[in-house]
Amino acid sequence: MRFSESIFAARFNITRGDLEGYLAEALSRGGDYADLYFEYLLTSSIGIDESMVKSATQGVSMGVGVRVIAGERTGYAYSDDLSPERIRKAARVAASIAAGPGKIEKLGLNDGATHNLYPVLTAPTETAFLERVELVKRADRAARAYDPRIFQVQAAYADSLRQVMVATSEGVLTIDRQPQARLSVAALARQDGGEPQRGHAGGGGRVALDFFLKEKTPEHFAIEAAREAVVMLDAVDAPAGEMTVVLGPGWPGILLHEAVGHGLEADFNRKGVSAFTGRMGQKVASELCTVIDDGAIGSRRGSLNVDDEGRATQRNVLIENGVLRGYLQDKLSSTLMRSEPTGSGRRESYAHIPMPRMTNTFMLAGESQPEDIIRSVPKGLYCVNFGGGQVDITSGNFVFSASESYLIEDGKLTRPVRHATLIGNGPEALKYVSMVGNDLRLDEGIGMCGKEGQSVPVGVGIPTIKIDRMTVGGTG
Amino acid sequence: MSENHLSELAGDVVKRALGAGASDAECTISEGDEFSASVRMRQLENLKEAGSRGAGLRIMMGKKTGASYTSDLSAEGIEHLVKSAIELADVTTEDPHAGLPEAEELGAIMGDLQLYSPDVEQLETALKVETARRAEHAALSADPRIVNSEGASFDTNVGRHIFANSRGFAGEYRVTYCSLSTIPVARDGDSMERDYWYTMARGFAALEAPEEVGRTAARRALRRLHAVKVDTQKVPVVFEPRTARTLLDNLFEAVHGMSIYRHESFLAGKLGEKVASENVTVTDDGTIPGLFGTSPFDDEGVPSRRTVVIDRGVLKNYLLNTYAARKLGMKTTGNASRGLAGNAGIGHGNFYMEKGVQTPEQIVSGIPNGFYVTELMGFGVNIVTGDYSRGAAGLWIRNGELAFAVSEVTIAGNLKDMLLGLEVVGSDLEFRGSVAAPTLKIGEMTVGGK
Repeated sequence: MRFSESIFAARFNITRGDLEGYLAEALSRGGDYADLYFEYLLTSSIGIDESMVKSATQGVSMGVGVRVIAGERTGYAYSDDLSPERIRKAARVAASIAAGPGKIEKLGLNDGATHNLYPVLTAPTETAFLERVELVKRADRAARAYDPRIFQVQAAYADSLRQVMVATSEGVLTIDRQPQARLSVAALARQDGGEPQRGHAGGGGRVALDFFLKEKTPEHFAIEAAREAVVMLDAVDAPAGEMTVVLGPGWPGILLHEAVGHGLEADFNRKGVSAFTGRMGQKVASELCTVIDDGAIGSRRGSLNVDDEGRATQRNVLIENGVLRGYLQDKLSSTLMRSEPTGSGRRESYAHIPMPRMTNTFMLAGESQPEDIIRSVPKGLYCVNFGGGQVDITSGNFVFSASESYLIEDGKLTRPVRHATLIGNGPEALKYVSMVGNDLRLDEGIGMCGKEGQSVPVGVGIPTIKIDRMTVGGTG
Repeated sequence: MSENHLSELAGDVVKRALGAGASDAECTISEGDEFSASVRMRQLENLKEAGSRGAGLRIMMGKKTGASYTSDLSAEGIEHLVKSAIELADVTTEDPHAGLPEAEELGAIMGDLQLYSPDVEQLETALKVETARRAEHAALSADPRIVNSEGASFDTNVGRHIFANSRGFAGEYRVTYCSLSTIPVARDGDSMERDYWYTMARGFAALEAPEEVGRTAARRALRRLHAVKVDTQKVPVVFEPRTARTLLDNLFEAVHGMSIYRHESFLAGKLGEKVASENVTVTDDGTIPGLFGTSPFDDEGVPSRRTVVIDRGVLKNYLLNTYAARKLGMKTTGNASRGLAGNAGIGHGNFYMEKGVQTPEQIVSGIPNGFYVTELMGFGVNIVTGDYSRGAAGLWIRNGELAFAVSEVTIAGNLKDMLLGLEVVGSDLEFRGSVAAPTLKIGEMTVGGK
């Protein structure tokens, strides 16, 4: 998209000259770098509960964030009013982080490099509401039809269209139009008036509405949620203590996000507070492990044409054959660490300061057959679905919570077990990976990552892997 | 925009919605100014300052609901807001229980709830930066093993909430917050650990001294050094107030009216039954002046109130908004909560467990072998079944004393058993947020380790 076609030029009458003027104002006290992040966000959501469409919401929010960097310092101000006076005021407030004479000469803005990862002509947010309402109704019907023991179904559909423009004092101007859509289903099953169990599933991406009609239908997610709820009716207590854990492909890749991803974000390493600090080039995983963060995969939930600092995203190798290779960098940390940015600067909205974040984090496939991996385990746990996870960057300890898992006994899956948290230590856990499957799968597009109060959409992926030792937090 | 303009605007939005065909309407407007100053390694790191506002609208067309929100309060933006909500009511389903509260249920608590402190708006930037710097300096100076820091942050918020509906309610209130926190990093040999501490108040004068915050944070980080993983075993578990509070978060989820009518809580259908040991009394009170969960009215315009949730172990009340109350054939407890977008959900006021008589030291001294939990990780709590399994770190109790640091373990049980097995409630209740609990001892849980 060209600048002149962007909503900021067309509807808000912002010119390149205006942007140059705001950047000059931002650097008027002598900062080293400044950027402007304009955002115009449309969202909609629809919820069904008890087979009734009980909620439907749409909204709009917009604003601009002005950032000034001076050495290690950052000044930030934002405005939800895009009038020139308010933007100038925000620029002056952000400028005050520096205290000196302005040093900017004439600034010219040129279009920066970008991708075309989500060529969606009509974003889901721009389609007729009735079509989208049909998605949650179909999900509700399919989950209920799956099994008579399903007694409650909730489905939620949410989409957004975020239009962004980033202008930097290095003369780069980028514009992006970022669609996002997600359908999620939760089902409750109960048998003979006993204790209910819940199952959940969901997915989506930076896709057109067609995705839910042709690729991943409401029925797909509904049946998955209902199946998990019904399976859990027979669950036994989870075991406790160290044991062999096999992770199924796809969403269990949340292991990588927690165990290594956060610890490799450059801000923590620049400050020396990560358990991975100073380990570059060292072995932090078994040689079977190669871990990638790639923001440039087509249509994925965690993908971006340009990051939220206006830099094109790229494929970053974090761990190669077990050896730590790279950090995820943003503008500030890469400048201070004299390194290159990696297209990993992200923020929740115009009201937030960017920081290094993950995009789509996954492990490359290995050579083992998934069946052989399970067959090789005399006693252990096979986990196929998870809730959230969390990590303590400094000690490196991380957790992730298994919502669907099975006991492995003599190389066979036997009984489902109740929810249990798995815990490990980041720089150690992947050293115990002894088999990696040939079945790499990315998750279906449901992840949300939180850091310092900011949430951004992310993806994960993993093939089936075997971890020889991990602590399982059951009661049995 | 003048002060009165925004409250007039809320009423005006409601009128316009009715004019556009809505049978009922309610409008929320919030306005806020945020400021944040952070320092790291004694140097200023970030300054952030901004103001924002937005409006949310929910309308009824008979028994159908539509909702919209906007940050654009221009005439054009408001017109779009009303049109959007009306348009959406068309696609929702008739729901016999949907609707606004009855007119007689609406109202607000009178008198000064001490939610606003003018000193917050008058603080000089230099003082805010210096306050953060003092907290971090105290942490860094506390011990030679405090070698690094993730910094200290001083934050303020000044907010205004306005609410009006078509059944005659119009109200507004102002709130202020300020908070100070610091995260020191301790290192000794190969062991590196961080922890944090904070203070939060409605006004600057009520904050704890920055030096006290820094020293406490340092003490907490230091005591985590050289943590070990213990063997898997079943032992008594003591939650210090910071982790005990998370059990109250879990309990809130379990008495949340929406989860109750859907039967997705282990406490659904248990009203009047003994669900906890008789040491347990839990109250939700949105009326206590100056506290963080206090407000004159909830987000549907119903006065905040005090609701006893568990009385000496017996489940007495769920927490409800108008919708959940109608679904359950009950009355709202004034716990409606909403942001700008969507329908009202349910929130708590000040949700806390009444204190007992034993000090934390007395509780620990009675335990020959147990786990004192200072940190919990992850989301391993299933409210449907009560299954509880979380990552934990803390100190091992050996012969009545805190003996050594423990990490990379899990604690597991079931909330039903944990509530019934809650043997001792400490005397150290304090409000550091809207959810509070004193030190708690649970008779037995599974610690997962080696």
